[in-house]
Amino acid sequence: MSPGMSPGMSPRVSKVMTAEQVAASVESGMTVGIGGWGSRRKPMALVEALVRAPARDLTIVSYGGPDVGLLCAAGKVRRVVAPFVTLDTIPLEPHFRRARQAGEIAFTEYDEGMFMFGLLAAAHRLPFLPTRAGLGSDVLRVNPELRTVRSPYGDGEELVAVPALTMDVALVHLNRADARGNAQYLGPDPYFDDLYAKAAGRCYVSCERLVDPADLLKEGPVQSLLISRSMVAGVVEAPGGAGFTSCEPDYGRDEAAQRRYVEDAREQG
Amino acid sequence: MSRADVCVVACAEAFRGDGEILAAGIGGAITVLAARLARLTFEPDLITHDGVCLLTGDVPALGQAPEVVEGWLPFREHLWLVLNGRRHVMLGASQIDRHGNTNISCIGDWARPKAQLLGVRGAPGNTRCDPTSYWIPRHSRRTFVPEVDMVSGLGTDRGAFELRRVVTDLAVLDFASPDGGMRLVSVHPGVSVDDVVAATGFELHGVSGQVARTREPTGEELAVLDRLDPGRLREREVAA
Repeated sequence: MSPGMSPGMSPRVSKVMTAEQVAASVESGMTVGIGGWGSRRKPMALVEALVRAPARDLTIVSYGGPDVGLLCAAGKVRRVVAPFVTLDTIPLEPHFRRARQAGEIAFTEYDEGMFMFGLLAAAHRLPFLPTRAGLGSDVLRVNPELRTVRSPYGDGEELVAVPALTMDVALVHLNRADARGNAQYLGPDPYFDDLYAKAAGRCYVSCERLVDPADLLKEGPVQSLLISRSMVAGVVEAPGGAGFTSCEPDYGRDEAAQRRYVEDAREQG
Repeated sequence: MSRADVCVVACAEAFRGDGEILAAGIGGAITVLAARLARLTFEPDLITHDGVCLLTGDVPALGQAPEVVEGWLPFREHLWLVLNGRRHVMLGASQIDRHGNTNISCIGDWARPKAQLLGVRGAPGNTRCDPTSYWIPRHSRRTFVPEVDMVSGLGTDRGAFELRRVVTDLAVLDFASPDGGMRLVSVHPGVSVDDVVAATGFELHGVSGQVARTREPTGEELAVLDRLDPGRLREREVAA
């Protein structure tokens, strides 16, 4: 603690670090959750640093987009846990496709709602949460470890017990953050980034711009403060750090860069 | 009047009687136009969205931002709404069988697929909890198969909440048969029953005897479609 600072006004403990430091803290065999959705507000600067770092045999938990693709292409991935992997405007993600078709990665394939309940269970420190989503589908066939539970009440309904999606590390990208990790989204959708932060042992936030805590409410209402510093282990200032995925309102998806990404993947075969 | 116009209206008809619930399309011109057309004509209480996360107070043309926003539906709320059920979704399918089980996950053996597709996405929960319809732009034996490779959306034999109808470029089908199998409801103008049978990889109910013709759009409906889709993007989804 620095003496002489007024409490609450200036960061006493700065958590600011580099993307390389975040990536170096990830160990082989870890489970890494990645925020955003499809090709939207993905922490691409952190993912690219992870591609260059030594960690491998990772389990990636993600509403998947190019984050999953890049890590698969780099041979970092042992297992993907996801309801989909897509680039949104380009439906199929080429690296993930190739890795699956080559039998290089294991896949835990969940329904989107099941996946959310897995995040909610982990965020609430529950072993599982029950849901109807998944019942009757082949999600139960291809995930034979999944169990169902029966409602203890009069209805006696059988439900899928979605296990908590706990993770060692979460990586998320938001629009603004302060040096201690209070993080703010300014776009129309929070996605599930707060749940990743709460579900992880350590959450790292990259942001478009580091701001003074006193300035957080200058750009958005208090409801836009999505993640509290108590959930955050490190903060990286990474302008453009979600590109080529979208980061509204700072920038939209770079569709030309996304098309090049797909063409490059095709050339790599 | 084009085949695409007939298809949009046939998809819009899926929402008839739904009232004040979200009409959700998977995207693309036809399903989005269908929900908006239904709202602007015979189903005015329907809730429609902008394809991202806004519930629109007005009904904008394709690709246009709404002038009035009446609600917020980020993904977490959308996934909640799926479980809540006040929603009728029109999905797509890479494969569909005679009970309406559908696959968007992968082709071939799941353990090592010949072709990895999207993944199951929300299809399991959608079909278990919400009324569901399908829009399939190319009716063929490649899509209408005896057995799907990975059941993503539930059929009538696996506990689907309600499969309302399947609209293709050739016909309208439903599952109102004694065994919950797929039934031919109507063929689009210019399409024969034989065309539909030839393009379907399993036996259909309702193909013997008189089969109805899918209704043509009214003049009012065509005017609405011209306003919502002046560039006729809908034509690109349906083979001429």
